[in-house]
Amino acid sequence: MNGLDLVGPQLAVLVAAAIILLVDALLPDHRRIMPFIAIAGLIASALWTTSWVVRDDYQSAFGGTLSLDRYAVFFYYLFAGITVTVVLASIDWVNREGRGQGEYYMLVLITCSGLMFLSAARDLITIFVALEISSIPQYILAGWGKDARSSEAGLKYLMLGAIASALLLYGMALLYGVSGSTLLPEIATFVANEGAANRSLLIVAMVLLIAGFGFKMAVVPFQMWVPDVYQGAPTPVTAFLSVGSKAAAFAVVLRIFFEAFRADVVSDDWSMIFAVLAAASMILGNLMAIVQTDIKRMLGYSSIAQAGNFMVGLAAISVSGHEFTLGASAVLLFLATYAFTNLGAFVAIIAISQKIGSDQIKDYAGLWQRSPFLAAGLAFCLVSLTGIPPTAGFWAKMYIFNAGIRADLLWLVIIGVLSSLVSAFYYLSVARQMFLGASEETGKLRTSPAIGLSLSAAVVGVLVFGIVPMPLISAAEHAVTIFATK
Amino acid sequence: MTVGLEHFLVVGALLFCLGLAVALSKRNAIGVLMGIELMLNAVNLTLLSFSRFQDTPHKVAGQTFVVFVITVAAAEAAVALALAVSVYRNRQTVDVDQLNLLKS
Repeated sequence: MNGLDLVGPQLAVLVAAAIILLVDALLPDHRRIMPFIAIAGLIASALWTTSWVVRDDYQSAFGGTLSLDRYAVFFYYLFAGITVTVVLASIDWVNREGRGQGEYYMLVLITCSGLMFLSAARDLITIFVALEISSIPQYILAGWGKDARSSEAGLKYLMLGAIASALLLYGMALLYGVSGSTLLPEIATFVANEGAANRSLLIVAMVLLIAGFGFKMAVVPFQMWVPDVYQGAPTPVTAFLSVGSKAAAFAVVLRIFFEAFRADVVSDDWSMIFAVLAAASMILGNLMAIVQTDIKRMLGYSSIAQAGNFMVGLAAISVSGHEFTLGASAVLLFLATYAFTNLGAFVAIIAISQKIGSDQIKDYAGLWQRSPFLAAGLAFCLVSLTGIPPTAGFWAKMYIFNAGIRADLLWLVIIGVLSSLVSAFYYLSVARQMFLGASEETGKLRTSPAIGLSLSAAVVGVLVFGIVPMPLISAAEHAVTIFATK
Repeated sequence: MTVGLEHFLVVGALLFCLGLAVALSKRNAIGVLMGIELMLNAVNLTLLSFSRFQDTPHKVAGQTFVVFVITVAAAEAAVALALAVSVYRNRQTVDVDQLNLLKS
């Protein structure tokens, strides 16, 4: 790898974004091809990543600020897949909305490039810039709709997001000041050698970092924006930010904490912080989700609870030897299955809300008669979010709770299992409404090919990895080998 | 008395807390954005004083960081004002207490 090859995957995405803008401006009669340019750019990006894998060519780039390793490659594929699904699911909505079609796809692609940089970044400055490259377009996208709710969601998301990034920056400034470097490997050396003398300052920096990233991960107590933004933002955008920015935030938190703060002097402290946040998120997210009547708001609270589940993997590090990375690989496995399950659910919701013009759960009654495909697809994704076999969500929960038990976090796993039981109540009550409820309307709902394709892809993925989970598990385990044994 | 690192850090920390208090208590969205700007500039001050007073091989990293923070803050402010205008067009107010359409 050298030169442009180092940023090839991002470059492919950004070139597609530039072409889309040109098409939008110069060929207004051919705007229909814009989503396909976006998908072509994302496929080119995935192929470029594959060429590294085939050549087995992993290295660190730009003076160590980017680390193009197996871990980054796992997330490059994940983000390309997420963005393709989001673009497919957006086509109908964007066509109906009418204005700014080119800009919409461009912003989605720029966000994707920022997410990719974030998963490879190994330097505080790069992490900050990549985080903002992925965040600022999402603020705009959240306020993209014409109605007052969407603008309100956009402004709320931006104001709270900016406060969170200021906290994050202050933490980074303290970390730079105490360690004298912005590169994660050098910070790791400092923490290992002189961490004991500077422990209190390191803990303050860690707490600020967790607060900043906690906002993006949507964990308690940084979750207050989630229900409002999920409800107010256009549904395709909600789908994107519910999986994209959450996965990227977990990617970078894993890299920072498993690399820079891995030394024993601080690792018990952050493991404890993550365990408490995980428990709080699982409890609050699941309890609040029960009382919601709006399905997007319900999925907002459910995503807080799911973030709590991921965080069990972050807390599960007190085991030694090669099992040090067990929690990390569980997080990766869970992120990948959650991404496609949640996207599948949102794709179905996008299609349904366009037809019935409502996001209220009570209006989903009798959907089974009106569109068996959408009802079955949504129900299957909700079953996977609950964690019932034979879905991929079952293996993800099994694996992460197993990591928790191995790390002596039995209390946390018990909370996790109990809150999963609670979650079954609200996930399955949507399914009950769709299958057993009666609707006054009886007209059939027709789905467009793009929605059909993305929903089928998500459902097939969830089912296949539910029956044959090994390929995904070994991919996740392979990716975290970069955090070698402790 | 010579002015040392700790003086700059204390001023930075005070400015940061002041900015956070403004951002969390102001009811006007523009006021909140000014608070955020104050927090970011407190971070810049902290970074620059660390970079000035420490003798590390990465002295320039702190200054580079500040340049990026300033740039990103400008981009963020542009988007924030655009969104504030969009909210004002829909609601005729940018009072954050009245942004309450999104409720369960």
